[in-house]
Amino acid sequence: MDRHAKLKFILTLVVVLLTFGALYIFQNTMNSFYVRVLNLAAIYAILALSLNLILGFTGMFSLGHAGFMCIGSYVAAILTMSPASKEIIYFMEPIHPLLANVEWPILPAILLGGLVAAFFGFLIGFPALRLRDDYLAIATLGFAEIIRIIVTNLIPITNGALGLKNIPSVDSMFVYWGFAIITIIVLMRIINSSWGHAFKAIRDNEIAAQAMGVNIFKHKLMSFTIGAFFAGIAGALMAFLITSIDPTMYRFTFTFQILLIVVLGGMGSLTGSVIASIIFAIAMEWLRFVEQPMNLFGLAIPGIPGMRMVIFSITLLLVILFYRQGLLGTREINWEWILNRLGIKNSLKVKRGEAN
Amino acid sequence: MSLDVFLQNVANSITLGSLYALIAIGYTMVYGIIRLINFAHADLLMVAAYIAFYGILVFTLPWYVSFAIAIVLTTLLGVSIERVAYRPLRSAPRISVLISAIGVSFLLENLGIVALGARPKPFPRPDDLVWNIQIGNISFLSLTIIIPVVTIILLVMVTYMVKKTKMGIAMRAVSRDFETSSLMAVDVNKVIGATFAVGSALAAVGGIMWSMQYPQVDPLMGMFPGLKCFIAAVMGGIGSIPGAMIGGFVLGICEVMLVGFMPELSGYRDAFAFVVLILILLFRPGGILGENVVEKV
Repeated sequence: MDRHAKLKFILTLVVVLLTFGALYIFQNTMNSFYVRVLNLAAIYAILALSLNLILGFTGMFSLGHAGFMCIGSYVAAILTMSPASKEIIYFMEPIHPLLANVEWPILPAILLGGLVAAFFGFLIGFPALRLRDDYLAIATLGFAEIIRIIVTNLIPITNGALGLKNIPSVDSMFVYWGFAIITIIVLMRIINSSWGHAFKAIRDNEIAAQAMGVNIFKHKLMSFTIGAFFAGIAGALMAFLITSIDPTMYRFTFTFQILLIVVLGGMGSLTGSVIASIIFAIAMEWLRFVEQPMNLFGLAIPGIPGMRMVIFSITLLLVILFYRQGLLGTREINWEWILNRLGIKNSLKVKRGEAN
Repeated sequence: MSLDVFLQNVANSITLGSLYALIAIGYTMVYGIIRLINFAHADLLMVAAYIAFYGILVFTLPWYVSFAIAIVLTTLLGVSIERVAYRPLRSAPRISVLISAIGVSFLLENLGIVALGARPKPFPRPDDLVWNIQIGNISFLSLTIIIPVVTIILLVMVTYMVKKTKMGIAMRAVSRDFETSSLMAVDVNKVIGATFAVGSALAAVGGIMWSMQYPQVDPLMGMFPGLKCFIAAVMGGIGSIPGAMIGGFVLGICEVMLVGFMPELSGYRDAFAFVVLILILLFRPGGILGENVVEKV
């Protein structure tokens, strides 16, 4: 490891430790509402990062994220709910005997949620990734809807349209942000590995990438499966955050919200996605005031439910029409960038003539 | 299944199929010309249905006046969507245009929820158009006949326009090759605008008839019919008008018959269309009437 890489590693370590310190302080000083909003931001961040891997880095227009999330949520929820509450909730049809007495701890359940989602991502990706652009979009959207419809109809396992309640609640910021940080680090490493370069080559020009010997299908499938895995993790976390889930939550409009975050942050920028997720989660709560009745200059304005989503769809349109690269475009706020700003050049790259 | 029930299902499936076909044409025309899944197309159904709803109930207009107003306003809306949200992105990557289309659709749905309320409202069926017909043991609504007839008339008109009129020839030229046709003095923007106008008008007719057949309006009513009609267009071979028609009818008939013959699968009804879509995309991406296009460098 040369000096530069060591410096970056130490800096990363410091930032991670500082983040955990900040989380500790937030957890103990802020009221539970703010903690909840920030936890939601972490979940959005994981979702946006994983969609960005598929859409922004590999150039595959997938609209199946809500479906993978749905799988993650249900797997984690069913595995962790206590047998007693399962008995109460599944009153339409009793739960499948295999699952009735399962009660896993939280962490393995989250991981299994991710793995099952990744497995389905793999299965779906196999046929779907032969398609491109809008065909891929509509096919993945279709798969996500199929997942949702199956979940609605598989009553002995998922309790159907009634959904699940009494899912164990987790409110530690360490869990949510811990997973978010792991996601960021893993994806950063993937993006900068040879896989990542292959992903970007496919995004920029599939035919040229193929001519250069990149195995298109393998890399697309890999990106899609990894994306599905993290979407599943986010889904599982979502279940523990809101503690009651039902299939209508996972409609494709949810995917659109994540798409908005990715576009807002910049397709092809991981840090952009994280920043946009935090902005989105906070703005979503802050904008609640537009849905409440208010008094403006003595003029009583009744609350308009749904106004927030109007604002967000207009934002999405404005960004895509006038500021297509989003907050960061394909740039990243990383050590390279910061160190360059500070005038500390990468000695190795200067020697090779790569410094920019 | 007794014969009566079977015939009842046949009647239902033809009605549903005609509605699908009508809406699918709008998708196929727009896709054929600018290679875009116009997600907002689905919401035009909803807009038309609501305008008709308010025209009849609130402004107490005769049904034909309010239907006409609904069609005109929806057409204008469709054209202005193209003008505002798609035209500035003509040279942008396809993903951007698609996101813009999603944004428009999202906006229309949420505006609908804000302005009209999320709760479904019953649609007033005009007495002149809807009555019961009894033949033997089968009873059905007059709509079962009216909807396919209207669909076929509109189909003939659209086919004539595309095949014979100057505008139609221009449309076909633009869908083949943007740049060459603009060199041949075709006003590409005008042609695309006209395509959106025709597509939106068909969506408006489809939306009004949809809400008469299933008499209820809500801001998200267009979502599923829209997706299914796109699927129908893909089934038939996207870009082809007779293809959209065949796709619409096949999908409508299959869907009703699936539920008719296997009632235990009725929960999976909405999934069926997607399964069909995925199978078509995998095994015959060009659709029933389409041609397979290999991408060139």
